[in-house]
Amino acid sequence: MLLTFYRFINNLGVNFIMIVDIKKLSVDYSGIKALDDISFGIAKGDFLGIIGPNGAGKSTLFRCMLGLHTQYDGTIKFFDQDIRDSRKYLSQVGFVPQKPVVDRNFPATIREVLSMSQNSSDPKKVDEALQKVWMHELADRRIGDLSVGQQQRVFIAKALVNSPKILVLDEPITGIDQYNQDLFFQILGELNTKEKISIIWSSHDLDAVERLANKVACLNQTLFFHGVSKDFFSDDEMLKKYSETSMQMHMHHH
Amino acid sequence: MTFEAVSYESIPHVLVSGIAISLLCSAVGLFLVLRKFSLFGDALAHSAFGGVAFGLFIGIYPLWIACAVAILSALGLTKIRQKFDISSDAIVAILLATGLGAGIILVSMSDDLEIHDIEEFLFGSAIIDTQNVITILAMAGAILAILFFTYKKLLYSTFSEEQAKASGISVDKMSYLLITIAGVTVIISMQMVGVLLISALFVLPNVSAMLYARSFKQTMMLSMCFAVSATVSGIFISYQFDIAQSGCIVLVAAAIFIGSLVVKGSGLVKTTGILAKRA
Repeated sequence: MLLTFYRFINNLGVNFIMIVDIKKLSVDYSGIKALDDISFGIAKGDFLGIIGPNGAGKSTLFRCMLGLHTQYDGTIKFFDQDIRDSRKYLSQVGFVPQKPVVDRNFPATIREVLSMSQNSSDPKKVDEALQKVWMHELADRRIGDLSVGQQQRVFIAKALVNSPKILVLDEPITGIDQYNQDLFFQILGELNTKEKISIIWSSHDLDAVERLANKVACLNQTLFFHGVSKDFFSDDEMLKKYSETSMQMHMHHH
Repeated sequence: MTFEAVSYESIPHVLVSGIAISLLCSAVGLFLVLRKFSLFGDALAHSAFGGVAFGLFIGIYPLWIACAVAILSALGLTKIRQKFDISSDAIVAILLATGLGAGIILVSMSDDLEIHDIEEFLFGSAIIDTQNVITILAMAGAILAILFFTYKKLLYSTFSEEQAKASGISVDKMSYLLITIAGVTVIISMQMVGVLLISALFVLPNVSAMLYARSFKQTMMLSMCFAVSATVSGIFISYQFDIAQSGCIVLVAAAIFIGSLVVKGSGLVKTTGILAKRA
């Protein structure tokens, strides 16, 4: 009830607790613009879907947000603090990468993978995180023995161990079968609604974004839409513009 | 050329040092093997050889010079690798060849250099005095303590650099720490196994352990057991048959690896190691 009310207020554009605030973000790779003058915010409880064609700058945006790429213009604030000033914000951010690259012979159990961290991880929190993604029964299996979909669920659990306020997911369902995708969406939905964790998620899957995200940011070097998900998906002009841009980018890349 | 076998009097010193070195090499080596940096120990040892030759040449205790040369050159090359995106195996080759080349030149330039001193560093020595044993124990203890307190961050940086960075770990600092630790490990192990055989203690016990172990902790414990067994057996074989100690240690470690392959291949032990993946 409270969350519905909060979302109602939030959808009106009133963001009372900002988790992320990005202003005039621009990134240049050897003279080629990867991101151009991007500004948007993520409030507490937001589920923001970032959509855009390949090469639109989604991963660059995430790399900047996570402090992996530091050569940018503009400001990125997490919890009202510029990320250039401190990296402490990362302890409250859970990151789930694109399709995980796990060496099949890496000798680490799922429990050990969750315990690897900046701070020592409480075993109880590890178990709780695994239960949230329904992987607790496999906790002592080697990470390399799992399917890609299961590995990705482990990485969500890993992102949850330190009780983050926001999850950053970079095209997390690429290469995952339908069954695991559905589980993945269910987990994300529950984390957002029950645990009130803000989520920023990049994806090519417009149907999934429409189903899960309450806000959408449409990116193609510049931000050409940011707002309520329903507004984007009910706007035929906008959808047409998006599909034309995607097609142009697709042709450009081939 | 003189190769040294273990004498009756030196057994206690060699055994204590050997066990400490085995524990250290298997612990540090596991991180190198997992980073696909297996030959890095070899490269460090060869660059240390250049330092040893330089130390002998200028008349300063060679191991400290070797330590500084190995660590500084490895850190320098790692920085270059990061900046110019050179592959790890190329860095290993550069470090290995340059260190050995510099060492050979310095040896050839010195007329009064005892060839026995050089051989000791190349092939290891079976004579370790009490002072050396204390130094080895103190250094091994310090490095194992550092590893104990940093292994989670080191392991995370090894497992996924990107995720470790995104969680706030300074991955570069972890790499430099590992290189420094590996450099010191090489220096204190060099006296016993020698420059040419050192990487065997880094690699063989760990690869054997990875065939069986399910977890990181199991791999570490099993690798340490294999390394200690190889060293203790190697020392006694050397004493019994009056043959070179370093060669014995390495060949026992290789025999453990081959035995592990045979046992694993025969299906007598069922685990989820490397072979299980290929089955």
